[in-house]
Amino acid sequence: MAKPMKIMDKDNIRRAIVRISHEVLEKNKGIENLCIVGIRTRGVIIAERIYKYIQQIEGTEIPVGILDITLYRDDLTLIATQPLVRETQINFDINGKKIILVDDVLFTGRTIRAALDALIDFGRPASIQLAVLIDRGHRELPIRAEYVGKNIPTALEENVKVILEESDNQEDQVIVKKRESK
Amino acid sequence: MSGWSRKDLLDLQTLSQQEIDLILETAKSFKEVSTREVKKVPALRGKTVVSLFIENSTRTRASFELAAKRLSADIINISAGGSSISKGETVLDTARNIEAMNVDAIIVRHSSAGVPNQLAQNLKASIINAGDGCREHPTQALLDMFTIKEKLGKIEGLRVAIIGDILHSRVARSNIWGLTKLGARVTVCGPSTLMPVGIEKMGVQTTSDLGHVIKESDVLMVLRIQLERQRDNFLPSLREYAKQFGINKEKLNQAKKNVLIMHPGPTNRGLELSADVADGEYSVILDQVTNGVAIRMAVLYLLLASA
Repeated sequence: MAKPMKIMDKDNIRRAIVRISHEVLEKNKGIENLCIVGIRTRGVIIAERIYKYIQQIEGTEIPVGILDITLYRDDLTLIATQPLVRETQINFDINGKKIILVDDVLFTGRTIRAALDALIDFGRPASIQLAVLIDRGHRELPIRAEYVGKNIPTALEENVKVILEESDNQEDQVIVKKRESK
Repeated sequence: MSGWSRKDLLDLQTLSQQEIDLILETAKSFKEVSTREVKKVPALRGKTVVSLFIENSTRTRASFELAAKRLSADIINISAGGSSISKGETVLDTARNIEAMNVDAIIVRHSSAGVPNQLAQNLKASIINAGDGCREHPTQALLDMFTIKEKLGKIEGLRVAIIGDILHSRVARSNIWGLTKLGARVTVCGPSTLMPVGIEKMGVQTTSDLGHVIKESDVLMVLRIQLERQRDNFLPSLREYAKQFGINKEKLNQAKKNVLIMHPGPTNRGLELSADVADGEYSVILDQVTNGVAIRMAVLYLLLASA
């Protein structure tokens, strides 16, 4: 078995998310009409961290939402058992808003495609910008992230795992591992 | 939580506690979809569902139809009156013909117990029981349990009373199976003529003392007196029933202060439930209807999404 490789540690992850928060504010010239939506599960955690940093920097709160994309997946009929559907919580009007969509890893782009469809069902935002902690390449759809924590060139058979304290009860880190052959 | 592996939803008698929990948990997410401005998700795009109702229904049928449509499935309705069943075709033949048109699921209601099981054994399509005779009405019990859990935060350890015509009630039977599996203590209360023999074997207590039941229970599930089934003199008179087993504001003075009043509908106002109780602060009857759509979306999703 190939050895798992640690790509980012706790401090790397913190610095990356702080930088993304600043970039979001710089690009959008402040927080006017800004809101953050995290994709379940780890996108939500990163979204909440960005929200906290933006609050610290600007001193005001912006709306945060949670998106579950299960019902919008394009592979529902291909997988053996249905994935557990969880709640979407977007308790604010997204019409005319600038949405920062947050996920942990950007890979094929299919999750983001589903998330865009889901968001559009809630209204017509002014813009949707994508923020991810890791971009590992191998896109299958024309999708690009505006804010990237770290670009990691990977092989298709590798797995990128983002471990966050809130969801995994372990210290923050990003690990790349060879997928075990079956 | 493990996934769903059944083709059909026929009853709660054979479902495990985990399967019931999975449906209730999944329904929670679907409830949000119905509050959106665009009340539709693409999860079942391209799936076809037929509702075959050989017995009348408003709520259940509308609820299933909305559930299917909000999941982007196509649905058509067939009822006994306008179908070939009135020309003498058997239900199985009708269902086989429907399936031959490449249908993914058939929702069936029939006045005879066991019809959904028979269809399930003979067809490849998923069969959903929407009420078979006096046997089971699984989605109703699921939406009742969902509503209890939503309002009181749990089911385990609660005292639930089912009041009225237990003998003819498939809602009562499904609820007894489901609630006892989730750890509730169920009491059935009604006149002895409407109490099935041996019902205690399902793990419930029986009584005809409504006053005691009202005092002790966290949930009062009031059943409809099925007027169409009272030809055989089960009751001396409806007035006497209303007096002895009907729930009104005065009797409710003895109840716990956050008691839930539930009713599967349609209600006979003034008979099993007085109007001021049906519309009163403890009543969650309309919440049950709202939750029904979420439960049926969850069931359709679990049966069809990865089929």
